[in-house]
Amino acid sequence: MTADDGFDETLFELALRMGDNALILGQRVSAWCGHAPVLEEDIAMANVGLDLIGQTKLWLGLAGEIEGKGRSADDLAFLRADRAFRNCLLVEQPNVDYAHTLMRQYLFDAWHLPMLTALKQSAEPRVAEIAEKSAKEAAYHLERSSDLVIRLGDGSVESHERMQAALNALWPFTGEFVAPDDVDKAAASRGLGPDLSAIAERYNETTAAVLRDATLSAPADAPVRKGGKEGLHSEHLGYLLSEMQWLQRSHPGAQW
Amino acid sequence: MYAQEVKSTGKAVKSLEEMTPEERVFQTRIDADIKIEPKDWMPEGYRKTLVRQISQHAHSEIVGQLPEGNWITRAPTLDRKAILLAKVQDEAGHGLYLYCAAETLGVSRDQMTEQLLAGKAKYSSIFNYPTLTWADIGAIGWLVDGAAIMNQVPLQRCSYGPYSRAMIRICKEESFHQRQGYDIMMKLVKGTPEQKAMAQDALNRWWQPSLMMFGPPDADSIHSAQSMAWGIKQNSNDELRQKFVDQTVPQATYLGLTVPDPDLKWNEEKGGYDFGEIDWNEFFEVLKGNGPCNKERMEARRKAWDDGAWFRDGLMAHAEKRAARKIAAE
Repeated sequence: MTADDGFDETLFELALRMGDNALILGQRVSAWCGHAPVLEEDIAMANVGLDLIGQTKLWLGLAGEIEGKGRSADDLAFLRADRAFRNCLLVEQPNVDYAHTLMRQYLFDAWHLPMLTALKQSAEPRVAEIAEKSAKEAAYHLERSSDLVIRLGDGSVESHERMQAALNALWPFTGEFVAPDDVDKAAASRGLGPDLSAIAERYNETTAAVLRDATLSAPADAPVRKGGKEGLHSEHLGYLLSEMQWLQRSHPGAQW
Repeated sequence: MYAQEVKSTGKAVKSLEEMTPEERVFQTRIDADIKIEPKDWMPEGYRKTLVRQISQHAHSEIVGQLPEGNWITRAPTLDRKAILLAKVQDEAGHGLYLYCAAETLGVSRDQMTEQLLAGKAKYSSIFNYPTLTWADIGAIGWLVDGAAIMNQVPLQRCSYGPYSRAMIRICKEESFHQRQGYDIMMKLVKGTPEQKAMAQDALNRWWQPSLMMFGPPDADSIHSAQSMAWGIKQNSNDELRQKFVDQTVPQATYLGLTVPDPDLKWNEEKGGYDFGEIDWNEFFEVLKGNGPCNKERMEARRKAWDDGAWFRDGLMAHAEKRAARKIAAE
């Protein structure tokens, strides 16, 4: 979809989706800093948050460039309204406890890595370049989150129960990552992004293996909850944005 | 500073003649600037003083994550968010090095954590003040980290090897922290009138608490003499405080901000600033637990520890299962 004025809406949407997923999840995990169950987790979770915020700058920077209206990554992050956000619903789900946080991270990473790996082959070099850099980070995130999901799933009675409860709550949000909509299809047809059905296959294989080792079971016939990619979010996003955007919005035009 | 009132032996410093042969060998090494290492003989008082000081320092890093962490989710730009997150993460890292340094003296991290949560161990008074605006993040970097560096640079020469080495790593990161704080202040004073007012307000609130970070005046500092003889402490509280004031006042002037002290004035004769009386009553109240955020800070740490119990137990349980499976397979 390239309009007459040269605006490439498909590419814009693709960059926004990647950027918003990174931003919203980065915002969520950064809230743990200083409150994690052990010092090593404080440090590791902050690393993940830092990677995600770094990726956000690249994706949203690209989105602004494609849009061509002079909006910076910060403008897109701090001055857009809820309905203009394109992240999947999973990443905006609240932290709840460390089990939910880790499970959400794992269910995201298991999609993020194959997605970025595929995007390294994008016909758009700027996309391929960001994917190249981000995939290295995502590989580490996935290694870490799979390991913790396995250890805690197959840990104590309580850790198993908490991880299973988190999986039950979050599994319905996973389908959205791999269910192609018109934008995904348009991107795939132009070689900008992958065919999501191939990513879905990888996703199902990886998660099945890790959940089996973790002695956890994904709920059967859970409904797929989606809408985020089109800007139809859960109620959680509004609160997240009010907190994140408040300072920028209360001092219009100020430099920080 | 991060360790403001470390109890020492409470006794007068012994002269070399009064010492036992072991003590004399030990003191001679310190006087010759040779580092003491974990396996070396050391007086019990030296070990205890160090454990207190290093654990207070470590706890300060950990509790110190909270006031700044308070602004991570509200940082105004992506860069500011990343920088602040990296900085608070560094503090967790400093806590980790320091707990490791203390562990070489025979106390475990869990024991130290339990002492903190039970209210038996102290941490720096500064972290019991609230961060009310974004400018507080600037003021903490500039003033609090500035004061920390002032105290920690000499600690790089501390007689105890593991502590000295931890401090060398920490100091490198602290100077980056101070620069990021000053950079926030620079942006604010060049900004809108509201931003400039925010910067001045932050300086007003953080100035005195920052001066208190160096600990009570030398005349009232009962534990300093022995620590200095042992090479744990290199400079007196008042010396460092004066140095901090002399360094910071011109920085405030450069920012176009006013240091909130009507008695502040340059003293040509001593080549430094004279400054007003510090409210030591407030300092001791904060140390006693009556500061504006003592309760919240301890609650947050207890909550993190209690809520994380299942996580730590779960990982232990998994490690035991794995070990059992390995034995069964052999």
